[in-house]
Amino acid sequence: MSNKQWLEVGVVEDIPRLGARVVKIESGDIAVFRTSEDKIFALRDKCPHKGGPLSQGIVQGENVACPLHDWKIKLVSGEATAPDEGCTASYPVKVEDGNVYLSLTATGA
Amino acid sequence: MKEKLILVGNGMAGMRALEELLKIAPDKYDITVFGAEPHGNYNRIMLSPVLSGEMPFEDTLLNDRQWYEDNGITLHAGDPVEHLDRVGRQVKTAGGLSADYDVLLLATGSTPFIIPVPGHELQGVIGFRDIKDVDDMLEASRDYKKAVVIGGGLLGLEAANGLLKQGMEVSVVHIGDTLMERQLDKVAGKLLKDSLEERGLNFLMEAQTEVLIGDERVKAVRFKDGSEVEADLVVMAVGIRPNFSLAKEAGLHCERGIVVSDTMQTFDPKIYAVGECVQHRGNTYGLVAPLFEQAKVCANHLAHMGIAFYQGSITSTKLKVTGIDLFSAGDFVGDETTEELVFQDASRGVYKKLVLKENRVVGSVLYGDTIDGTWYFQLLRDGTDVTDFRENMLFGQHHLGDSGHGEADQLALLPDSTEICGCNGVCKGDITSAIKQHGLFTLDEVKLHTKAAASCGSCTGLVESLLASTVGGDYESAPSKKPMCGCTDFTHDEVRTGVKENELKSIPDLMKFMNWNTSDGCSKCRPALNYYMICAWPGEYDDDYQSRFINERVHANIQKDGTYSVVPRMFGGVTSSKELRAIADVADKFNIPEVKVTGGQRIDLFGVTKEQLPEVWADLNAAGMISGHAYGKSLRTVKTCVGSNWCRFGTQDSTGLGISIEHITWGSWTPHKYKIAVSGCPRNCAEATIKDFGIVCIDSGYELHIGGNGGIKVRATDLLCKVETEQEAKDYCAAFMQFYREEAHYLERTAPWIERVGLTYVKEKIVEDNEGRAALVERFHESQKYAQVDPWAERVAGKDEHEFKPLQFVPTQKAS
Repeated sequence: MSNKQWLEVGVVEDIPRLGARVVKIESGDIAVFRTSEDKIFALRDKCPHKGGPLSQGIVQGENVACPLHDWKIKLVSGEATAPDEGCTASYPVKVEDGNVYLSLTATGA
Repeated sequence: MKEKLILVGNGMAGMRALEELLKIAPDKYDITVFGAEPHGNYNRIMLSPVLSGEMPFEDTLLNDRQWYEDNGITLHAGDPVEHLDRVGRQVKTAGGLSADYDVLLLATGSTPFIIPVPGHELQGVIGFRDIKDVDDMLEASRDYKKAVVIGGGLLGLEAANGLLKQGMEVSVVHIGDTLMERQLDKVAGKLLKDSLEERGLNFLMEAQTEVLIGDERVKAVRFKDGSEVEADLVVMAVGIRPNFSLAKEAGLHCERGIVVSDTMQTFDPKIYAVGECVQHRGNTYGLVAPLFEQAKVCANHLAHMGIAFYQGSITSTKLKVTGIDLFSAGDFVGDETTEELVFQDASRGVYKKLVLKENRVVGSVLYGDTIDGTWYFQLLRDGTDVTDFRENMLFGQHHLGDSGHGEADQLALLPDSTEICGCNGVCKGDITSAIKQHGLFTLDEVKLHTKAAASCGSCTGLVESLLASTVGGDYESAPSKKPMCGCTDFTHDEVRTGVKENELKSIPDLMKFMNWNTSDGCSKCRPALNYYMICAWPGEYDDDYQSRFINERVHANIQKDGTYSVVPRMFGGVTSSKELRAIADVADKFNIPEVKVTGGQRIDLFGVTKEQLPEVWADLNAAGMISGHAYGKSLRTVKTCVGSNWCRFGTQDSTGLGISIEHITWGSWTPHKYKIAVSGCPRNCAEATIKDFGIVCIDSGYELHIGGNGGIKVRATDLLCKVETEQEAKDYCAAFMQFYREEAHYLERTAPWIERVGLTYVKEKIVEDNEGRAALVERFHESQKYAQVDPWAERVAGKDEHEFKPLQFVPTQKAS
């Protein structure tokens, strides 16, 4: 997408490793995750199961475990890992010079 | 170039080994599979339901051809390997194919034993082993009327039942006087025979087959005593023989099977073997559970991880005949060194027998009511000392008070619509159909697919029994050595020992040292590891807050809408007008929507947003209140009654004692939540006998009770001992709590822990060992030095500030 608008949301260090922070938007919170390898991902902060805040979950590899019922959601795509089924929106993220940029155009469901 | 791995035998054991291998080393080998049967790998256990018409064959496929393709595996189905050249490391098939290997895995299974009586080669005489046999039987049932099954064992009875359902007249011929004598004693065998006769099966007991009569096709069976019975179909189900001719001809050491070591390696280091074709420590196995354990070990060595060992299996059996509940395990006959517990209720058709040796279960037979089979089997494999509860054992574990499952003791008779898992609304039919459709073998797989037993876990026993009765004895019950989680093969106990012995003081160090197979661990193991570190290294270990569940990370309870609840501590359940005023002010100031009194004598403020938490805590701190830890695997509350200060029956100052005990124990992290209560007299108004640690004051001192639980499964406490002074009561309280902290598995409450290790053991350590008790008390107090810091005050002062602030607010117009 060429007309992608990038929004600067902070620096990588603002997000705890193996943790997440929330970007507050009127249309619904977005959770921004940082893995043990410092990769950054962004998902709508709502589990496809019962709407649990994924930002509060435990990050493991490139999945996050929802704090309400322990569904494992893929950070890359927002999809639930099998055999659970469901998907939450994911948002493009890029890191430049340690700054984290978020696009508000969702790529997932 | 990748190494070449060849699997000979496209059955359940070999394929399971490949699946396990792909999980841990997906790119290590170039894999080729040879199978004699012209299909992908199917679930042999489900042949009985296919025969009885309860399930189509397609549903039994575990790995279809697409699966092999997706995983880059070359499959040659329907072309058996006939020659193995160990020197040239090559196999040749009947169809003339040849292939080279670097590593070879043999999983050639077994063949049914055909009694070599005259006439055994006639048409219509078959075994019961693969889908072709089932097809032959189904075809015969369409054209013929009379079937004879030779062999009254597990397989024979399943075959007989299937043929009966297909409309044939079936006689079962058995050489002994008891059906399934390898699994049942005489009494249970008789009950089984009666109920099968009721269904229309005919039995010829103590009958020895002499000759099968017929010209081309079999017509009758004649016995040694000269009698005859007509037969258009004869199914031989008298046993299986490991199939190892390929290995033997290649010069591999074989006895009753291919001999393997504890690593599943044969005498040729390039060749491994798993499944029914192997002989391990003198035993051969014909059930799936042990084969899967072997597969896992074998995969570990094929992946060059080299840390797993197979140490043999104890197996249990269930009969897969719909409507018949039967379970047996271990040595159910016994000898002069054993004793028996027997329960018999003829009119209900229930029979239970447990064989004990030195107060440990060594075998069991259950008929009609098998709901506790999995429990007895667990006790058997764990070698649990049952002294403390043997008088109630025959009434089963559920007798102790599972909530919500009522009289569900005859699982097989329950309709499919019976709700099994009350948390997630999962019915019996949902579970059994998921097991069949997805080919599930383990409790964990059933949990994942159906969500049954995945919440509170109180129906775990029921679900495990359903699994067992659906797949027969072949289910993979919780292995006796149960790994912590999928990230490791080590058990909780092994990890705890590893932490201490190797002085591992951080989670990454531990994961590296103990060969974790994931980089970050998972939501199961990380909180456990964090706790084990805290317990082992008080004052030294840096708490890893990303390894805690959200509630412990933000020191409040997350609610379904993502808001939090806040519970300030009220020592001993005593509060004051000042505290209540502060709570009321907080409720007003932050517009807290609900204020509720808890079961543990505290006040709970609901609907607080995460961002508000530090401000709410600051106000509560200002009034002298600290965190109530209502969110933690930690000391929750000390509940008290008013005691001798006010009550005309009170014998001691229970309130005062409760308050000082809460001052001693607050802040302590424990394997699971931990509740204490102190009652001032035996009327026990503080309900101390359903707490983890309960004190009941009496005129002459204090009764100390342990291991109670009022939740999912009500369990009244066991009496630990009586003491005379308050100081002793406090010391025993600290010693017991520390002992639990050091020995229980993470997320194991005191009740199941005590049932696992036995009350006698706990008494030995706490009551009888004065020095040991004193050391425990000291370790508890040492650990409390670092634990008693109010987490709320720390966060009010700025700790983990980012946790309570959004990363960014985005103005409305930018959202798309």
